[in-house]
Amino acid sequence: MTVNKTLGRPESLCDVPTLYCGGCGHGVAHRLTAEAIDHFGLRGSAVGIAPAGCSVLLYKYFDIDTIESAHGRALAVGTGMKRANPDLFVLTYQGDGDLASIGMCETIHTANRGESITAVFINNAVYGMTGGQMAPTTLPGQRTTTTPAGRDIAREGAPIKMAEMMAGFDGVAYSERVALYDPRQIRRARKAVFKAFEAQITNSGLGFVEILAPCVTNLKMTPDKAQQWVIDELCATFPLGVYKDRLPTENQATTPAAATQTATAECGSVTHAD
Amino acid sequence: MNATATTAEKRTGTPTLMQGNIALAEGAVQAGLRCYFGYPITPQNQIPEYLSARLPETGGVFVQAESELASINMVLGAAATGARVMTSSSGPGISLMQEGISFLAGDQLPCVIANIMRSGPGLGGIKPTQGDYYQATRGGGHGDYHTLVLAPANAQEMFDLTYKAFDLADTYRNPVLILADAILGQMKEPVIPEPPYPRLELDKDWALTGANNRPARNIRSMYLEGDDQEQHNYVLQEKYDRVRQEVPMWEQMDTDDADFVVVAFGTSARIASSAVRLARAEGLRVGLFRPITLFPLPEEALREMAAKVNGLLVVEMNLGQMVHDVRAILGPDKPVSFHGRPGGGVPTVREILEKIKENMV
Ligand SMILES: Cc1ncc(C[n+]2csc(CCOP(=O)(O)OP(=O)(O)O)c2C)c(N)n1
Ligand code: SF4
Ligand SMILES: [Mg+2]
Repeated sequence: MTVNKTLGRPESLCDVPTLYCGGCGHGVAHRLTAEAIDHFGLRGSAVGIAPAGCSVLLYKYFDIDTIESAHGRALAVGTGMKRANPDLFVLTYQGDGDLASIGMCETIHTANRGESITAVFINNAVYGMTGGQMAPTTLPGQRTTTTPAGRDIAREGAPIKMAEMMAGFDGVAYSERVALYDPRQIRRARKAVFKAFEAQITNSGLGFVEILAPCVTNLKMTPDKAQQWVIDELCATFPLGVYKDRLPTENQATTPAAATQTATAECGSVTHAD
Repeated sequence: MNATATTAEKRTGTPTLMQGNIALAEGAVQAGLRCYFGYPITPQNQIPEYLSARLPETGGVFVQAESELASINMVLGAAATGARVMTSSSGPGISLMQEGISFLAGDQLPCVIANIMRSGPGLGGIKPTQGDYYQATRGGGHGDYHTLVLAPANAQEMFDLTYKAFDLADTYRNPVLILADAILGQMKEPVIPEPPYPRLELDKDWALTGANNRPARNIRSMYLEGDDQEQHNYVLQEKYDRVRQEVPMWEQMDTDDADFVVVAFGTSARIASSAVRLARAEGLRVGLFRPITLFPLPEEALREMAAKVNGLLVVEMNLGQMVHDVRAILGPDKPVSFHGRPGGGVPTVREILEKIKENMV
């Protein structure tokens, strides 16, 4: 991606090749997350939590303290860490199977408690690690290894929209959905990750960022085709935009009532994005 | 290796009347408990209720989790920061925690888990039982691992063994289970709620505290390269072997001249001790052997004691779990009989006395 060429390697990212498939969104999402760690000077206080999923090897890539978690339990592990040591910057990095299926109960309750944690959520519409089975975010009609005829809403339910859902919790300070399909979207994504970090830094509540990132391998598409699929299909079901922002502005103290935005402007702009 | 039973009478200090569950919770506080995470379930609710008020007084953290799945993973996260942490539950709640306990063992993270056993299987009931002996001593979750298991038999031990559990957890970097039951949890007895010795302060050079001026640390249980996973398992086994050598605790009563010995833990041992006293009053030379650690079982002490008797009776509040371990330890030549009551049934003193007489001949 363009960022790799235009910027140097963030300090908190290790200088090793990742084991991700070429064109996988995890790589760019890692970089944006690492940039936020550097930007806010968190290398010495951050702990990264990597649950089962393609990004379980996070510890190989981030030069920060890390822990592996059971599938779905990252936010419970994060709650324990943050409560035990509020000086830590607690970061979870979770897939859609993890955060929105097996770990949904932990997700909802961590959001509801308003834990001071930052959750980076990678929505790739499948279970990447286990070979492309249906995820709670799989699109209607999308073929996966467990929906060979395509996801049928009548049978499997509709895709779960996490950014919208998270915004509904008083405990969530920031919720945005972003994509990575062109440099402009990547810049937006970086800003969103930074905001989700700010939520924790300002102790405003949970910071949440949902990143639409294609699993090229399980889509069985070239990286280019996969990006087009994100634009045409994924963004249509999962509109990009800021769903919640009650971060304190410079001269303003945090109040739960402050600025709960909906995503209209951003959503409509997706397919016309430059 | 020493027998290490405690009761309030054996300690110096001023006893107060305390419920077993409260004694357990206060033992944890005295041990330096920083965080408690838990979900309500009878018969252990006094533990979270007490700690919800007590922990904030000490600057500690109390969180009522959304489920036992969440509590055990909160425990894992807090333990990873190096804090002394615990949870407590019973029956279905402890079953839900097993994945997390397996992770804690694989990650080599210290914590204390109290199981105030209720009868099962399934939802079962809130009556006392010892039906979770297998679950507790075999690891309980997936993989080749053990938790240390301590079985108190009175309220003072609820305090003392919980206090000790935190030192053991830190020493061996391993989850430690307190295995008690509804009777021990609910019963009020004199307790001296003071630390029996200063608590261990270890340098936790593995804890996740932020990679400030030091290389980044990682805690995990998955090792994908080469035979790393196998090697990791050998590391764990070596630790369990050390535990088997260093940790066994037990109590013996009237075993020196005994022809016949009852083996029981926890509540069963309390009841059996009355049966042994009655037998002695009838002139029968009967003793009691009470394992205090269930993992590791005091194998050597059991063998040594059993060598001098003609037979043994294992009494449990289940249909025979520890008895199989006792038989395996003592071998086929030593007659080991069994008496048990499952599903919330509690053996009576009379029943046990009869079984003693039946099997002594
Ligand atoms: C309790 C449990 N169930 C199932 C699994 C197997 N498993 C590992 S990762 C995964 C799905 C991962 O999908 P997702 O969270 O979307 O992450 P991705 O790989 O797509 O990034 C599953 C089902 C597991 N590790 N633990
Ligand atoms: S399987 Fe999918 S999610 Fe996993 S590394 Fe490959 S492209 Fe990425
Ligand atoms: Mg996924």
